[in-house]
Amino acid sequence: MSDSVAAHAAEAHHAEPGFWRAYIFSTDHKRIAKQYLSLGLFWAIAGGLTAYMMRWQLAYPDTEVPGWGFIAPDFYNMLVTMHGTIMVFFVAMPILLAAFGNFLIPLMIGARDMAFPRLNMLSFWVFALASLILLTSLFVPGGAASAGWTGYPPLSAKPEYTGVTWGLNLWLLALALEFASFLMGGVNFLTTAINLRAPGMTFFRLPLVVWMELTAAVIFMLSVGPLIAGALMLLADRVLGTTFYLPEGGGEPLLWQHLFWFFGHPEVYVILLPGFGLILEIIPVFSRKPIFAYRPIIYSTIVAGALSFVVWAHHQFLSGMDPRLAMPFSITTIIISVPFALIVFAMIATLWRGSITFSTPMLFAMGTLSVFIFGGLTGIFNGSAPVDIYIHDTYFIVAHFHYTLFSAVFFAGFAGLTYWFPKMFGRMMNEQLGKLHFWLTFVFFNAVFIPMHVVGLGGMMRRISDPTQYEFLRPLQPLNQFITVAAILLLLSQLVFVVNFFWSLICGKVAERNPWQANTLEWSVPSPPPHENFHAVPVVYHGPYEYSSGDAVVDWLPQDHGAAPKAAARS
Amino acid sequence: MAEIISGWFPENVSSFGGEIDALFRLILYVTGAWFILTEGLILFFLLRYRRREGRRAAYVAGDNLRQLAWILVPCLIVLLLDLWLDFRGAEVWAKIKGQVPPSDFHVQVTGKQFNWEILYPGPDKEFGTADDVLMENELHVPAGQVVRVILKSKDVIHSFFLPNLRLKQDAVPGRAITAWFNATKPGKYPLPCAELCGFGHTGMNGWLFAHSPEDYEQWVKQQWPSPQPSPSGRGRG
Amino acid sequence: METGAQTFSTEIPTGKIGVWWFLASEIPVFGGLIVSYVLLRLGGAGWSEASSHLNFTFALANTFVLLTSSLTMVLAFAEVEAERPRRVGNYLLLTILLGVLFLAVKGFEYAGEIAKGFTPGAGIFWSFYYGMTGLHALHVLAGIVVNLILYLQALSGALQRHSHRVELAGLYWHFVDVVWIFLFPLLYLT
Repeated sequence: MSDSVAAHAAEAHHAEPGFWRAYIFSTDHKRIAKQYLSLGLFWAIAGGLTAYMMRWQLAYPDTEVPGWGFIAPDFYNMLVTMHGTIMVFFVAMPILLAAFGNFLIPLMIGARDMAFPRLNMLSFWVFALASLILLTSLFVPGGAASAGWTGYPPLSAKPEYTGVTWGLNLWLLALALEFASFLMGGVNFLTTAINLRAPGMTFFRLPLVVWMELTAAVIFMLSVGPLIAGALMLLADRVLGTTFYLPEGGGEPLLWQHLFWFFGHPEVYVILLPGFGLILEIIPVFSRKPIFAYRPIIYSTIVAGALSFVVWAHHQFLSGMDPRLAMPFSITTIIISVPFALIVFAMIATLWRGSITFSTPMLFAMGTLSVFIFGGLTGIFNGSAPVDIYIHDTYFIVAHFHYTLFSAVFFAGFAGLTYWFPKMFGRMMNEQLGKLHFWLTFVFFNAVFIPMHVVGLGGMMRRISDPTQYEFLRPLQPLNQFITVAAILLLLSQLVFVVNFFWSLICGKVAERNPWQANTLEWSVPSPPPHENFHAVPVVYHGPYEYSSGDAVVDWLPQDHGAAPKAAARS
Repeated sequence: MAEIISGWFPENVSSFGGEIDALFRLILYVTGAWFILTEGLILFFLLRYRRREGRRAAYVAGDNLRQLAWILVPCLIVLLLDLWLDFRGAEVWAKIKGQVPPSDFHVQVTGKQFNWEILYPGPDKEFGTADDVLMENELHVPAGQVVRVILKSKDVIHSFFLPNLRLKQDAVPGRAITAWFNATKPGKYPLPCAELCGFGHTGMNGWLFAHSPEDYEQWVKQQWPSPQPSPSGRGRG
Repeated sequence: METGAQTFSTEIPTGKIGVWWFLASEIPVFGGLIVSYVLLRLGGAGWSEASSHLNFTFALANTFVLLTSSLTMVLAFAEVEAERPRRVGNYLLLTILLGVLFLAVKGFEYAGEIAKGFTPGAGIFWSFYYGMTGLHALHVLAGIVVNLILYLQALSGALQRHSHRVELAGLYWHFVDVVWIFLFPLLYLT
């Protein structure tokens, strides 16, 4: 297919494609990115609604949820399952990995499109099919999957344990298809970055977000395979009568946990790294400084990616596996904080002696950083096996992973969206609304999740639908109600973003090529970039972060500008 | 400080709970220091280096060792602290999980949707004999003694959680997993299931009754009213 | 550098990089299954007894069929290099037929085992046996479809413009073959 890109370029360079090719079955990476973004944002609304329903039930058990009605215990389990599934696989992955990866990789490396444009289109449509199947699974008789997003067998392996029949089968099918879609996407990302870089764009001149997206793609591709097999095995247990996970037939329930977490923990970094990548682009631009320690950040990313393959059993300290195995996994888990500490320190050092502008993207980037630090530090508690005995399966864990994942998905996602919005849609977003959105989100996020740690330390278990049924949890109920009120306000705050997004799309100020005065290649083309991106393939002369490097009046130096001030020769 | 932190937890009545709580506090102090340091620096830099007319940012790329030392040294400190926490953790883990201390009191707990079935071996201390007693959701033990729990499950995975004893252990079908605890104070403590086990998961809750020696004697007499409860069992052990 | 065409940053054909990454992601799929199988088998009893009911002769014959098909695939690629398009088509057809033969024998084996009562639900060994060979058979089927497309393109003459595709399809076909080389001893010989 490699020659087809070139042929395509030669033939269709000037002809704009028709409606169907341009909007529905588009092979243009920018269009596909927007398709992923739209679908991801749609799912984010669905995921937010599940959070609202769960929080209401927890604060005011067995009262009608306004706008919905009563929530039965088995329906609560479906909400728990869907919230996790949707947020991880149908919001975080499509937005952080697929939307930003698709949009940014070709533009940033100076390519006309992905290496395999039609495969790219296929990836999206397989993902859309997975979305459709997941949506269908919510409405089939017997209800949606209700065994938790981790789907531990035997609960998930036999319909009679949950009462859910097709809902869970379709859930597994949707996951398997989603994985297949992102596998194809990963092949495309890696091939594109290896072979379609513009002349002069060496690996050590790549913007860090490209490095992060690529590392995430590699981690994903090397870890998901066993779970694809595992998901098919679980499906076979349910419909074909095999006994992979059923002890009565000689199977092993813990096998699933190993397959799931061998993927599931690297998956955390598949989400985190692209989120970090986005803010690593934003921080230098709004500090007018090169990113501190560019190469060490890359090495840290690779080390973190490699370590992520040997930490998975920290989810299983109490699962019944041999307790002697806990210590090695506890040690690797706690050690993985070192490469992430380096990246965090490098971001902080980038601020030092900068010239910092508090634009909306920069505020969200700082939100990401400060919230992630909190989440990273609470991870040390969970990683310590003895402490985990107590806090495992409590709200402390829930609070912890929302600090890490909410920071990567939402804070970094909003940072990226507000930063690249002009490039994607050709218009500027409203700064006042953007700042309002940031402060509301930041305040209410912390109001939800700081108290949640305390609730967890009080012993409240995850995935229970009514804490008041437990005498020892009743004193925590006022705190639970506080969290719910804050969570509703957090969700309502997102309306500011929705308004800003659509208003700016239609009436925003028309964006110039390079509104933020940034160096990377995507800012050298019109906003939005034309089909095939570049009029002529650019030639790259510098690293991506040459800010304030010379004595010239302008304090930035685009990657494709030949004239190099003396300081830039250093890179 | 330590009192405030203890206030977050349910009362500890476990012989090893103090170790877990102490490890928690240690990690809290270490991570708390890092939290204040990093967030403080961010806030300070953001205010100190905000954009001002006529001032340019400094070109500091962190591409030589002299500059990199500013982040490599803190990383080294992180690594050393990590290792320290790991070693402290390993010690505590070995105490709790390394080996089950000798115990005179065995009980078999079987999770099933949605109850704990608790099987007492009776005076002969042997499971599967006529004097076994089965109870639902009531775990009676003598306080101040090591209790050995054999955890099983009839259907799905459950998790045996005793918040006051700082004990949690999954019960997995097809396996018999041994856990232990030693309640230092008589009382009635909650015993919920901590792993999603189906639509009745919420409310799957038992009770641990840790009895004082006299109460325990009384309870034994109620369950096994026959005049010669203990001698036959003692001979075996 | 004012050309409109895409330039390439390495000497390696883009398609080849893509296929290599795809295969790299396929290894953990079978790797996960194989490791699970080995670990469970080491911890359990009765697996060898179950394994002895498999049809070793058929599987051995099938191994030869699949190895031969790899050879014909190599020959098809050699003819691409030698620029003899007619022979490329012939060898592709032979590869397809051998693939179909493999699946037919496999289906015959399944039928025999099910007739003896060894269904996928007959025990953990049988779960793995059907799971692993079934997933492998799906891969064989996919390879047959790919080769069939190439064969049709060879007939219509379209393959000459995309002759490197034979090499890419070959990489995949050899991978599927190698997977079988692992599955065969693990399932049949132990």
